Amino acid sequence: MANDVEDILGTAAAWRAGGRQVALATVVTTWGSSPRPVGSQLVVDDKGIFLGSVSGGCIEGAVIQEAKEVMRGGAPRTLEFGVSNEQAWEVGLACGGKVRVFVERVE
Amino acid sequence: MKRELLDRLIADRAAKRPVALVTALDGGAQALIYPHAASLGEAFGAAVETAARQALADDQSGPIESDGRTLFIQVHNPPQRLVVVGAVHITQALAEMAAIAGYGVTVIDPRRAFAHSARFPNITVSTAWPDDALREIKPDSHTAIVTLTHDPKIDDPALEVALKSEAFYIGSLGSTRTHAKRLQRLHDKGFTERETARIRGPVGLDIGALSPAEIAISIIAQITQVRRATPAAKEQAA
Repeated sequence: MANDVEDILGTAAAWRAGGRQVALATVVTTWGSSPRPVGSQLVVDDKGIFLGSVSGGCIEGAVIQEAKEVMRGGAPRTLEFGVSNEQAWEVGLACGGKVRVFVERVE
Repeated sequence: MKRELLDRLIADRAAKRPVALVTALDGGAQALIYPHAASLGEAFGAAVETAARQALADDQSGPIESDGRTLFIQVHNPPQRLVVVGAVHITQALAEMAAIAGYGVTVIDPRRAFAHSARFPNITVSTAWPDDALREIKPDSHTAIVTLTHDPKIDDPALEVALKSEAFYIGSLGSTRTHAKRLQRLHDKGFTERETARIRGPVGLDIGALSPAEIAISIIAQITQVRRATPAAKEQAA
C-alpha cells in the first residue's frame, strides 16, 4: 500500500496537539471506478480545513460535514456514497463508482 | 483514534516499521498489528492478527469480516524506494518528483561537487562508490534504480549490483548507441542478454522530453508504468 506523501497522520497529530478538533476519514471499500483506492485518507479540523482526499473532490464536502459532527463528540461512522447521475443534487460520485468512508475523531 | 495509538503509528512509519492498523467499523476500536511483535490496543484475536499480517505481506489494505463485525485493515508498509546514481541536473528534478510520488529517495554520487547537499535539500545523498552504496541499501522488489551519470566508471558498478538484485525497475540514461556499448560491457562481464534486458535504456518513456525536468517526468512515468500497469498495458506501450 502506497503511503500518501502528504503526511496525513502527522498532520492530524500536529493539529490535535495545537488544540484543534480533528477527524480522520478513510476509504474502506470501493466498487467500480472510484477515484481513490482503499486506504486513502483525509484529515480535517473543526474549521473545515483539510488535507488529503477520499475521492476526486466529489464527496469531500459531505465527508467534512459529517466529520464536524464526529468531532463534536459523535460516534465514529461509516458513510456510503454511490452513483449520482440520476439525481444530480445528491452528493455522490460523478464517475459512477461507490465508496464507503470511515470517519473517526482524533482523541 | 486514540492519541497514543496515533503517535505510535506515526513513530512506526518514521522508523519504516511495517504495521497494520485494524479498525472495527462499528464503534472504532483499534489495534496496531506487527509482523513479528506483539499487538497494541484492542485485542481482536489470533484470526484477525493472522489476517492483518497477511495483508501486510500482500501490501493490500481492505475490510474483513470477523465474528459478524466488519474490520478495516490499513496496511502501513515502508515506502517504495528510488535509488538514483548520479547527482546530475535531471536528478534534482527526479528526486523531488519521486518524493512527491511517495518514494523514499537516495541519491548516490562519489563526485562530491555533484552530491553536495545544497543541491539536494531534504534528500538522502551518499558519496560512497555506487556498488558499495547500493549493496548497503540492499535493493529489493520495492526498489527502483536509475543511473544517470552516463559515465561507465560510475554507472556500470551500480548496474552490476542492480542486475543481481530484485529491483522492480532498472533504468539507465544514454542514447541508443551509448546503451548498446553499455550492454556489451556488461555482457563482457558475464551478464546474459536475458539479464541485461531488464535495463530500460534509453531511460524513460518516449515523450519527446528535452529539459532535465521533462526527462525526469519521462522517468517517473516509466517507473509508475512498470509498477502499476497491467501486463497488457505494458505490452501495448512497449
